[in-house]
Amino acid sequence: MSRLIDVEHLNLQFDTDEGRITAVDDVSFSLEQGEVMGLVGESGSGKSVTAKSLMKLNPSNAVYGEQTRITLHLEDGPVDIMSLKTSSDLKVVRGGAISMIFQEPMASFAPAISIGDQMVEQLQIHSDMTTRQATELSIEMLARVGISDASTRFRQFAFELSGGMRQRAMIAMALSTKPKLLIADEPTTALDVTIQAQVIDLMKDLVKDFHMGIIFITHDLGVIAQTADKVAVMYLGRLVEQGPVREVIRNPGHPYTQGLIAALPQLDDLDKPLVPIPGDIPSPLERPSGCVFHTRCPVVIQGRCARDIPQFTQTREGHQVACHLLDPANNDQGTKTT
Amino acid sequence: MSDTPLISVRDLSVHFGVRGGGLGKKPVVRAVEGVDLDIEKGSFFGLVGESGSGKTTLGRALLRAVPITRGDLTYDDGEKKYDLAAIEKGDLKDYRTRAQLIFQDPYAALSPRMTVRDIIAEPLEVMGITASKAETDERVREIAAKCRLNLEHLRRFPHAFSGGQRQRISIARALVSRPRFVVADESVAALDVSIQADVLNLLKDIQQEMGLTFLFISHDLSVVAHVCDHVAVMYLGRLVETAPTRELFANPRHPYTRALLSAIPSLDPDDDSVVDKLEGEIPSPTNPPPGCKFQTRCRFAIDRCRTEEPLLDHAAHQHNVACHRWQELVEVFEAEDAAAKERSDKRHAATAKAEKAKASGKNKGKTKPKSKPGSKGK
Ligand SMILES: Nc1ncnc2c1ncn2[C@@H]1O[C@H](COP(=O)(O)OP(=O)(O)OP(=O)(O)O)[C@@H](O)[C@H]1O
Ligand SMILES: Nc1ncnc2c1ncn2[C@@H]1O[C@H](COP(=O)(O)OP(=O)(O)OP(=O)(O)O)[C@@H](O)[C@H]1O
Ligand code: SF4
Ligand code: SF4
Ligand SMILES: [Mg+2]
Ligand SMILES: [Mg+2]
Repeated sequence: MSRLIDVEHLNLQFDTDEGRITAVDDVSFSLEQGEVMGLVGESGSGKSVTAKSLMKLNPSNAVYGEQTRITLHLEDGPVDIMSLKTSSDLKVVRGGAISMIFQEPMASFAPAISIGDQMVEQLQIHSDMTTRQATELSIEMLARVGISDASTRFRQFAFELSGGMRQRAMIAMALSTKPKLLIADEPTTALDVTIQAQVIDLMKDLVKDFHMGIIFITHDLGVIAQTADKVAVMYLGRLVEQGPVREVIRNPGHPYTQGLIAALPQLDDLDKPLVPIPGDIPSPLERPSGCVFHTRCPVVIQGRCARDIPQFTQTREGHQVACHLLDPANNDQGTKTT
Repeated sequence: MSDTPLISVRDLSVHFGVRGGGLGKKPVVRAVEGVDLDIEKGSFFGLVGESGSGKTTLGRALLRAVPITRGDLTYDDGEKKYDLAAIEKGDLKDYRTRAQLIFQDPYAALSPRMTVRDIIAEPLEVMGITASKAETDERVREIAAKCRLNLEHLRRFPHAFSGGQRQRISIARALVSRPRFVVADESVAALDVSIQADVLNLLKDIQQEMGLTFLFISHDLSVVAHVCDHVAVMYLGRLVETAPTRELFANPRHPYTRALLSAIPSLDPDDDSVVDKLEGEIPSPTNPPPGCKFQTRCRFAIDRCRTEEPLLDHAAHQHNVACHRWQELVEVFEAEDAAAKERSDKRHAATAKAEKAKASGKNKGKTKPKSKPGSKGK
């Protein structure tokens, strides 16, 4: 496998009326070609803005940290994404090497332009195809994602399609430019389980056929378990755990990840009570000091967790957890200050 | 519990006329068609099914918030009894204090310009339930406390709250008039799992404390499995299966219910037990297929299914299923389940062996946090 993208020390803040808020705080990860990474976390934890940063798609009130480095490895050499400034610079990544399926399915298609025209237009921005070639490829992609009667659908508008079909059309459009990296932001959340299962199967096939990297954002751990090779867990803008999907789901190391898994209603044990993670998610304006999870953590170390930011510790091969409990060197220090 | 049911529904249909379509002919949306349903007092009754199957419409019909096309609907809480299909204005006003809706979307439902106190108090004022401001305040404080909102919260505006807190505000607002019957429509769908569990526990607690009857509408079968005591599965306006929760999840009889259950993504990354993949999508309710509504996607469909519509049949105690072939399919399902179990047992044995080999290979000290809530996959 060869490296596809490196994200190092991603810091992202937003200027808002209520002040500058931190949305992503020192996030680092990398992805190989053909690898699927699941990104999970509660609403507002920064999943979407992290993903958008890979294409510098965040709005103008976004402020990236000075340490932030994002490197995309293409055949012609590495691309330093943070250094790209104008939209013509960014064309290499936006809709070119990187495609994104957005969280709001309606938002991705312009309502007054047919699906086909939008697909053709996007293809022509990124290649020198003729309209005819672009049309053929688009119809082929629509058929490829399981849309029957693709040449009719090609001429229809987004509102004329059902939810599941719209989702497929979006995937077809995102794939038509043959991206190296596909970012899928909650592509199944609004779908019924039966359609969701179809879309999951489709994504699995596509990884095999196109050998691209995928970042799959969702808060459904079941979906992650069924699609991803590795998983990264975010809480309030920080990465708290990452590792191979089997490892993280079977041996979650971070109290937040453990809480997430325990809170899932499981069908095989209906007597098991639902165990919520206590407390509410803090507002972004009142970001907790030290470990961002300390206000809700059931095993918080008094004195220490509110003070020091935990760093990643490797628990097993490739499995990293950011929690003071896993950092034996610091453990005794913590108890002293109580 | 051989009381009369709180809600009793017979042959209920709700159709919507749709404008446009062909010349002259108005296509009709058969959102709910020929539904029979009893909801016992104190029940936490679940209603599941795909998008567009008619869940919201059925819920709204029970609240008399949509016009009813045909059928009988009775509400009887022991104190009052109403024939909802023919209810008159004055009675409807009283019924509205007894039956309430909790909204689907906690973000859209709360007016941004009102304080939380005013949002919760509004139903009391609109329905003229309380006699004085002092009494209103008393009721608001009481229900807010039950929903774990404090006095500080009541003075604020909804934008200052997280999703979970907003949901608790919606719940408080729905319950302040002390209803007997509550329809909760997808009220946890927008929430993260950690918060969702909290809201579900709250609903259950309040239900028991206040002796409420719930109709709980959801896409999410695993949620329904955990909170509901009885479940009805809906497809294209029809009820296809109803049963006590445990019975339904242990012995699903309808091919659609089975497909729904097996489509839930398993937390086990190696799980390959899915036997039932549903192709295609739910047909349009303006143009439902003849015969069994599920025949276009059912892998067991036969000629009879394409012409004759199956009725709800009694399969076991309180367990009803609408499928021509449910009896013959019992064995088919059992065989499939046995085969799936054998596969997964084999796989588990193989993984356990591999893990063991790996662990003895290198035993680097791995530290773990002290407390670890039950968290294994399957
Ligand atoms: N343009 C913006 N201006 C100001 N704040 C923003 C902006 N975009 C996002 N945020 C804030 O950044 C934080 C992270 O948002 P993000 O959308 O990435 O969350 P998410 O993890 O994708 O959540 P969800 O699961 O709800 O989609 C949130 O607190 C959000 O309010
Ligand atoms: N006021 C209306 N006028 C016309 N058609 C309607 C109306 N309300 C609902 N429908 C149609 O009735 C059918 C059932 O809709 P309903 O909202 O009850 O489904 P649902 O099961 O609640 O779906 P979801 O899970 O998406 O909420 C749908 O086809 C819908 O488009
Ligand atoms: S660092 Fe402390 S507060 Fe944070 S997760 Fe670990 S124990 Fe909990
Ligand atoms: S009646 Fe026929 S089509 Fe309908 S669910 Fe049963 S077997 Fe399938
Ligand atoms: Mg998001
Ligand atoms: Mg609905």
